[in-house]
Amino acid sequence: MPWVFRGLREGVVTTPYPRRPDGYDSSFRASVVVLESSEAQDQTDLAALCPTSAIEVHGGKARVDRGRCILCGRCVAIRPDRFAFSSSPEVATIGRGGLVVPSGVETDEELARLRSDLARRVRALRRSVHIRHVDAGSDGSEEWEVAALSNPVYDVQRLGIFFTASPRHADVLLVTGAGSAGMVGPLRTTFEAMPDPKVVIAAGTDAISGGLVGPSYATRGGIASVVPVDVFVPGSPPSPFSLLHAFVVAMRLLSDEGGR
Amino acid sequence: MTTAPGSLRLEHGELARAVADRVAAGGRFAALIASARDDGSTALRALVAGRGALDTVETELPPGVAHYPALTPLVPAAAWYEREIRDLFGIEPAGHPRLDPLVLPLAGTAPPRPRPGASAQVAALELDTSPLPAHVAGEGVFTIPYGPVRSGVFESIEYLVESYGEDIAHLRTRVYYKHRGLERRFSELDPADGVLLAERVEGAASVAHAMAFSQALEALSGIDPPRAAGFLRVVHAELERVANHLDSVIRHTEGAGQAVAYARMTLHKERLMRLRAALCGHRFGRGVVVPGGVAAPPLLGTGEALAAVAELELAISEDARALMTTPSFLDRLRRTGVIPHDVAAGHGALGPVGRGSGLGEDVRVERPYGAYRLLGFQPAELREEGDALARQFVRLDEIASAFHLARQAFDELAQLDQEPSWRHELPPPDGVALASVEAPQGELIYLVEAAAGRIIRVKPRTASFHNLALLPQAFRGDILTDFVFIEASFGLQIAGVAG
Repeated sequence: MPWVFRGLREGVVTTPYPRRPDGYDSSFRASVVVLESSEAQDQTDLAALCPTSAIEVHGGKARVDRGRCILCGRCVAIRPDRFAFSSSPEVATIGRGGLVVPSGVETDEELARLRSDLARRVRALRRSVHIRHVDAGSDGSEEWEVAALSNPVYDVQRLGIFFTASPRHADVLLVTGAGSAGMVGPLRTTFEAMPDPKVVIAAGTDAISGGLVGPSYATRGGIASVVPVDVFVPGSPPSPFSLLHAFVVAMRLLSDEGGR
Repeated sequence: MTTAPGSLRLEHGELARAVADRVAAGGRFAALIASARDDGSTALRALVAGRGALDTVETELPPGVAHYPALTPLVPAAAWYEREIRDLFGIEPAGHPRLDPLVLPLAGTAPPRPRPGASAQVAALELDTSPLPAHVAGEGVFTIPYGPVRSGVFESIEYLVESYGEDIAHLRTRVYYKHRGLERRFSELDPADGVLLAERVEGAASVAHAMAFSQALEALSGIDPPRAAGFLRVVHAELERVANHLDSVIRHTEGAGQAVAYARMTLHKERLMRLRAALCGHRFGRGVVVPGGVAAPPLLGTGEALAAVAELELAISEDARALMTTPSFLDRLRRTGVIPHDVAAGHGALGPVGRGSGLGEDVRVERPYGAYRLLGFQPAELREEGDALARQFVRLDEIASAFHLARQAFDELAQLDQEPSWRHELPPPDGVALASVEAPQGELIYLVEAAAGRIIRVKPRTASFHNLALLPQAFRGDILTDFVFIEASFGLQIAGVAG
C-alpha cells in the first residue's frame, strides 16, 4: 500500500521530447562541431589532435567524422577557436556520410535514395515498433543508456516503442558495440531471424566505426560489415535523447522536418 | 626484465608453491598476470593481498618455454587466470584441472596468440564457436543455452544452464563473445589516449578505471595529483558507485515485478546521471580523470552540487527503506544465491559480493589511495548470510557512505583557494607499477609497464572477472526463477570480464 502513494509522489516526470523540447535534452555534450576560422593558417596539426582520427583536413577545411568521435573533448580543449561541443541531441543520421560535418560526403540524390528506401520499409510499422537489442562488444555503458529508455523519464512505450525478447517479433535491430569477433555470428543470426521489413540502428561510435577499440584482431571496425545499417547514432555512449532521436529518424514518428 | 617494486623473483618451477605458501599464511590470491616480451620470453606475476599491501611474486619463462606448473591445484582461485593466460599467450599451466578456453577460443592446432606486451602485429584470429557439450547426464536432464543474445537489454554472455526441471544442476559461462582485444590495444596508445581506453574497459565504472590507470602512471613518476584533483576524483568515483549500486537494485526490483519501486529507482538513477553530467559534461564522468590530476574544475558550484546530492540521498534512502520492508520483495532475495563464508574466503570474493559473505576487505580502507587518505567513512556493515539479500543490504549501506564521502569531498573543495591547481604534468613513464582502487564492483588493479615513455603492457584486473568465476557456486539449491536475482546481486560488467 505505501507504494501506491509513493508512485504518485512526483506527478508526471516524463519528458515531452520528441514532441516538444524538454529543457534538459540540450544541456550536455552530444557532438563536436567545427567552427569557421577567420584567418588562414596552417591546419595540418588539427588532425593530429584526435585519438580516433575523427578529424580530417581537406583543402584547408577541417571536418569532424562524428562516427569516429568519442567526445573526449581534446580538440575542444586545445583548439577552442576551431572546435566546440554542440549540445543538440539530434545527431542520428540516415547514411554514414551524414556524420561527417560540415557537409557530409553523400550527395543529395544519394541521401534521397536512402531516405525513400527507409520510408518504404517502415511504412507498415508506423504506430507500433518492436526493438531487439544486441550487444556486439560494447563497453557496457551503451546498455545503461538503452535501458534508461524504459524509465519514467523517457518512457518509450508512450511512443509505441517496445523492447522484445524474440527477434521474430522485432522490427528494429538496435546494435551496440564495435563488432567483436565472437558476436559476428549471433548478430547475423538475429538479423536473419527478423521478419522483413526491418531496420538496423548502429548505436554509439563503437558500433559505427569501432571507436577507440577497433579494428583489431578481435574486433571489427563497427558493425556495418556484419549487418546493413540504416540509421547511425554517434556518441560514446549516445544519450537516451540521442537514441530517441534515432528512433524518430528511423520511424519518422514526427512529420518530415522532425528527422534530418 | 623490469621488476615491480617490492617483488620477489623465483624460478618458474617454484611459483605455485610460493603463492600457495602466502595464501596459506593468510594472504588473498588477487591475480596472475602475464606479459609477453619481444624476445619470446614471458613474465608471470602473481599478486597476493594481505596486511595492507599487494605483494608480487614473479617469474620468467625463457623463450621457447611455454609451460609451467599450474597454480590452480594448490590455489583454486587462480583457475580463471590460468585459462585466460593460456588463451592469450598460449602458455600451458601443467596440471590445471579444467583448461577450457575462456576469453579467446581459437580454432586449429597451435594458432597464433595475441601475446599482450609483445609488439608484433596480430592478424584477425579465427574463433572456435562450437557449442559446449553437456556435463550432466540422466533422465529428464536438459540444457538451456541462455545467451549470448539474451531476453532484454543485457551485455552479451552465454550461461549454459543444465537442469532437470526447475533446479539448476550445473551452470557454465562463456565470456568470449565480447572479447575486444583491449590489452593489445593499450600498448598502441600513449598515456593520454590510454586513459580514454581505460574508461571503456568497463563503461559503467569509467571513473574507477581512469583513476587506477592514472594512479599507476603517477606512481611511476612519483608525482601525486594536486589536492583539489584528489577530492574531485572522490566525488566522481563515489557518485559512480551510487549509480552502479542503484543499477543492481533496479534489476532486482524489475525481476521481482516491483513496478513502483522500479520506476522510482530508475528515476533516481536518471537524476544521478544528470547530476554527473552537470558536474563534468558527461553522464558517465568520462574525461574527468587524467594522469596527473583532473582535466578541469567542476562545472557546477559546490553549493548547488551539495543541494542536489542531499535531495537525491534523501529520496533514495526513503525508497530503499520502503523496499527493504516489502515482504514480497525480500522473499525473492532471502536465501537466494547463497555463497557461504568459507567459499567466498577461499576464492577471495571482492566488493559487495565478498562483504555479503563476511569478507570486509575494501581497498579504500586496506590500501587507501588519493584523497581517501584524508577522508573518513563508515564501511558497509558486514553480512554473514551470503545471499542476494545480504549483498543488497551491503549495496544500500555503500550508497549511504558514498554520498557521505562525496559530501565531504565537496566541502573540502569549497575550502580550497580560489584558483587551485588541478593537474600536474607527468614526465614520460618508465618502469612497472601497480595501482588499485575500490571500483563499484570491488577491487580493481591496474598493472602498467612502460619503457622510455612508451606504454608496453597494461593489464586491468577487474573485480567482475574475479567474481564471475564464483557465480556458478551460488546456484546450489536454487531454481531457474532465482537466476535473475543471483546475477543482478553480483553486479558484474561483462565488458570487464571479456577484456
